[in-house]
Amino acid sequence: MTNKELERQGSLKIVDTAKIMKYGALFVASARLRTLSKWMISVIAASFANPLFYLLSIGVGIGSFVNAHSTNHTIDGVPYLTFLAPALLAMVAIQDGLSEVTLPTLQGFLWEKNFFAMNATPITGKQIALGTFLAAVTRTFFSVLVYFIVIVAFGAVDSGRSWIAIITAMFASSAFAALMMGITAWAKNSDLLLTFVGRFIVMPLFLFSGTFYPLSSMPIFLQWLGWISPLWHSIELGRYFTYGHHLSGTALALHFGYLLAMLVFGLLFSFNEFEKRLSK
Amino acid sequence: MNSPAPILIRATGLTKKYEDFVAVNGIDFSVAKGDSFGFLGPNGAGKSTTMRIIAATLNRSSGSIEILGKDPELHGPQIRAHLGVVPQQDNLDQALTVTENLYVYGRYFGLPKKFIRAKIEELLEFAALEEKRDVKVEALSGGMKRRLTIARALISEPEILMLDEPTTGLDPQARHILWDRLFRLKEQGVTLLITTHYMDEAEQLCDRLIVMDKGSIMAEDSPSGLIKTYSTKEVLEVRFGSDKNALVAGELEALCERIEVLPDRILMYGEDGEHLLHTMKESGLQPLTSLVRRSSLEDVFLRLTGRSLIE
Repeated sequence: MTNKELERQGSLKIVDTAKIMKYGALFVASARLRTLSKWMISVIAASFANPLFYLLSIGVGIGSFVNAHSTNHTIDGVPYLTFLAPALLAMVAIQDGLSEVTLPTLQGFLWEKNFFAMNATPITGKQIALGTFLAAVTRTFFSVLVYFIVIVAFGAVDSGRSWIAIITAMFASSAFAALMMGITAWAKNSDLLLTFVGRFIVMPLFLFSGTFYPLSSMPIFLQWLGWISPLWHSIELGRYFTYGHHLSGTALALHFGYLLAMLVFGLLFSFNEFEKRLSK
Repeated sequence: MNSPAPILIRATGLTKKYEDFVAVNGIDFSVAKGDSFGFLGPNGAGKSTTMRIIAATLNRSSGSIEILGKDPELHGPQIRAHLGVVPQQDNLDQALTVTENLYVYGRYFGLPKKFIRAKIEELLEFAALEEKRDVKVEALSGGMKRRLTIARALISEPEILMLDEPTTGLDPQARHILWDRLFRLKEQGVTLLITTHYMDEAEQLCDRLIVMDKGSIMAEDSPSGLIKTYSTKEVLEVRFGSDKNALVAGELEALCERIEVLPDRILMYGEDGEHLLHTMKESGLQPLTSLVRRSSLEDVFLRLTGRSLIE
């Protein structure tokens, strides 16, 4: 009939299920990154603009006020900008990670239902979850890297090992993203979820995690909010690596352990919720 | 005679229960390679649920089912590798272009990039979307999206193509283009599984049908076989005005094999519609309008369930 028609071989011959079982999550991640690349320019612009505005308004603005009123013009033994920078790095990692898992998950299950299209192929729910997660981590890594470059340009890091803060920020971001991806898949109502997450999880996290001042300066009955927050753990680690904020060996282990537990639980929970929701 | 085609799908006592209702109630059916097999029934009959069980994305409650010799509960990915699924609602990737949608989907089947690129050209032609190749999906018309969804399902050259209500919501012209495409696939020997609540679609596309209602199978045969078994050759449709229809029903019943009294008209079943009309007029009954037509699957459904297909 047409010249473009290929000779039909049939799926039994051309589809390699073993290969999909192995690499399915990567196929999902690369499709998601392809979609994201459509907004490449605004992604890049936002990645640079965000740290610039934060560092200028809060770091430099509030910083000069704080430095003027504190003993030795320092906080935690360093200028305010140095104190703030690793916290902002951790914060952007967590925020980006969060939106990079919640939006595609809501889109996949509710708005465009494209997760159901993926699941009509040999791709499993677990692979869709893992692929979405990997794409989110990749995308977030880009923001964090740019943020770090801007921070260095502002002269806000103090030590040669400060680049490790990129890793600790990514670690916390991944842990929180894994957990929130599972919760998004589990939730039935997207509006309620977004409002709830925004107002009762992200905002308090942002405010009670010792981002702008040391958590220890808060009354003890509010400090627990920081202890459960992945952001606080990430900030503590970030400060340790960027300017040598004091942390005992036990504290280090606890911070890493808490985030690792959240990551493992978050992923397993997500895998389960994705499988469940796709087969409802 | 040739040896019979192998059975690709075999269901026995297939049941799907939800907390408060039974969506599929112990149905048996089998589909042979190359069949064009239809599930006909109104909304809520259990067609889509059955399709999702076959598509290995929904677990059954009881009974057994084998697709390509495998149990979907145990070998979901291995079965889905050989299915092309066209869901009731298009779930294309809105932000991607026509070509990208096909490409990404091909990758989910693990197909080599080179193969996918060549296949895309073939599918664009098949779906008459060559001029839209670089257009984002959100800008396509309903008919184009539907054709793209079908093209996407064909990227892996599936053994079985499953279409859930393929033409619902399309205008008549778009439906006919689609039917033409599906007919071509049928000619190529692709096994088709189609759910529909349109009897004309079922008659056009299906070699074999099961008529479903409330989760059960009411009848199974070819479209013409069903009509032969459950209806007469012709139907005379008459209207006497909504208040008079019921009054004359008794008189009409004596004239033909069977009648159905609907709110707006009466259907009279017989071998010769014109003759029936003539006899009716001779006995002094003058309808406001009359129409003689051949029996259709709609009549079969009415006979089997006492209800019409499209409420």
